[in-house]
Amino acid sequence: MRLGLVIDLDVCVGCHACAIACKEWNASGTIGPLSDYQPYGAEPSGVWFNRIRHFEMDEYPNNKTVNFPMSCNHCEDADCVTVCPTGASYKRAEDGIVLVDQDKCMGCNYCSWACPYGARELDRSSGTMKKCTLCVDRIYDQNLPVEERQPSCVLTCPAHARMFGDFDDPDSAVSRVVRERGGYGLMPELNYNPTNQYLPPRRKPVIEMSGAPKGGLKESIKQFANRLVRR
Amino acid sequence: MHPAFSVIFFTVASGAGFGLFSLLFIADTFKLGGGFERDQLVAGGLIAMALVVFGLLSSTFHLANPKNAWRAFSRFRTSWLSREGVFAMIFMPLALIYLASIMFDAPLWLREISGFLTAVLAWITVFSTGMIYACLKTIRQWNTPLVPANYLALGYASGSLLLLLGAVISGLDTMPYIAMSALIVAIAAVLKAIYYFWIRDPGLSPTINTATGLTRAKVKLLDTGHTHGTFLTQEFGYRLARKKAGLIKTLVFVIGFGLPGLMLIAVFNGESGQFAALAAALGGLIGAAMERWLFFAEARHVVNLYHGAQRC
Repeated sequence: MRLGLVIDLDVCVGCHACAIACKEWNASGTIGPLSDYQPYGAEPSGVWFNRIRHFEMDEYPNNKTVNFPMSCNHCEDADCVTVCPTGASYKRAEDGIVLVDQDKCMGCNYCSWACPYGARELDRSSGTMKKCTLCVDRIYDQNLPVEERQPSCVLTCPAHARMFGDFDDPDSAVSRVVRERGGYGLMPELNYNPTNQYLPPRRKPVIEMSGAPKGGLKESIKQFANRLVRR
Repeated sequence: MHPAFSVIFFTVASGAGFGLFSLLFIADTFKLGGGFERDQLVAGGLIAMALVVFGLLSSTFHLANPKNAWRAFSRFRTSWLSREGVFAMIFMPLALIYLASIMFDAPLWLREISGFLTAVLAWITVFSTGMIYACLKTIRQWNTPLVPANYLALGYASGSLLLLLGAVISGLDTMPYIAMSALIVAIAAVLKAIYYFWIRDPGLSPTINTATGLTRAKVKLLDTGHTHGTFLTQEFGYRLARKKAGLIKTLVFVIGFGLPGLMLIAVFNGESGQFAALAAALGGLIGAAMERWLFFAEARHVVNLYHGAQRC
């Protein structure tokens, strides 16, 4: 099994609900707590497994805002695991989830240096490295209804921009949508082989803009005034 | 990258210690300049080992959870950080055997074999230190074979200058030590110059386009999504003005390579030899520390692409 996420950049509205749900679940999960520093102070900061950035592609009038959620990519060739000197970082053979054993981590930060995606964050109060667990304490929980055995971020997404599944199964929903929509992994040139896939924004029909001004006396006075005014 | 003082001190001190110890073995084997006395050799070896031990101890200060530091020896097969620790730990008993065989007049074969193995392990350990950084694909300025070469050259350069100081204090013929220092410092300077030349050009490095996969148009960051700094911005967000970097590079060459070179001439001419040798050794160490600071400060991690950098 190769479990991971698909994130639809065409659908994501950038509401940060996935990040909040992630924090809520994992703060009391196997790897919790996720410490906050000065949460109500002047410089609020803290540990998050999921962060949403906002990018703009192309320029006006063809520009588009792309909301960009990022968490651990659970890479196939995860350098964060190979560089770890203590054996705290490991990749599970059965489902490919990359985890940090909190009892072994010595907080040297080396794995975070090796991660190009910024998935790992040091918890300064426990002194250990923390990262997305793909909600490993949830997806196998027999006490939950089957449809709820998914990562918190996926369940909460109001736009259905996130999907969870097995990429080794060519007929799984995630494999199919990646095939159909041309999904891709980030920074392929570094050869980490990230499991998580991103679906590119769809091409939208171009909306016609009014071209030449209408003409007439009112319009020419306006243009004359515009030339006079110094801005 | 955020330049952590403990790591800078560790790499400079342990590099000099490993360099000093292996060059001490060479000086002993070939009786350079008449050869050190028994007590002088042992004192020199202990100073080198002290540099290594203090360096290793200082490196644990940057750990957030040092109680697990002993586990760092366990992933020897994959991690260069683990390998460095293991090699340093094998170095220690071998170095003690070598020093003991000098102290107690052990048979020559034991002295030579333990000394040779110690020197080889010192080399391997400094190489491993360089590889900790050179193996990271995420930092273009580090992912080059010049990095372990620089670590080795600078460690041996500062070690050779310390050895020269020892030779001057012990009243040996300084000629072979001057020659050795001049050669190693010159090699270190040339390698560092090539490194600085090499990292000027971004080459084939990730861009904001490959980082987001939006490769068909210009991409720019609108919002990082966090209110204040995060671990990522604190660890990787360090930025150094190009002018300041240029100034420090000049200082590295003037203080780290130029000053020791001039002082070598002074020692050669016999003008206040002890002071000149001390100035050369201090210059070499300060230059190496500045070089190490810059090595971290100039490194740009690719995660900065998600915080506004266009390319790394």
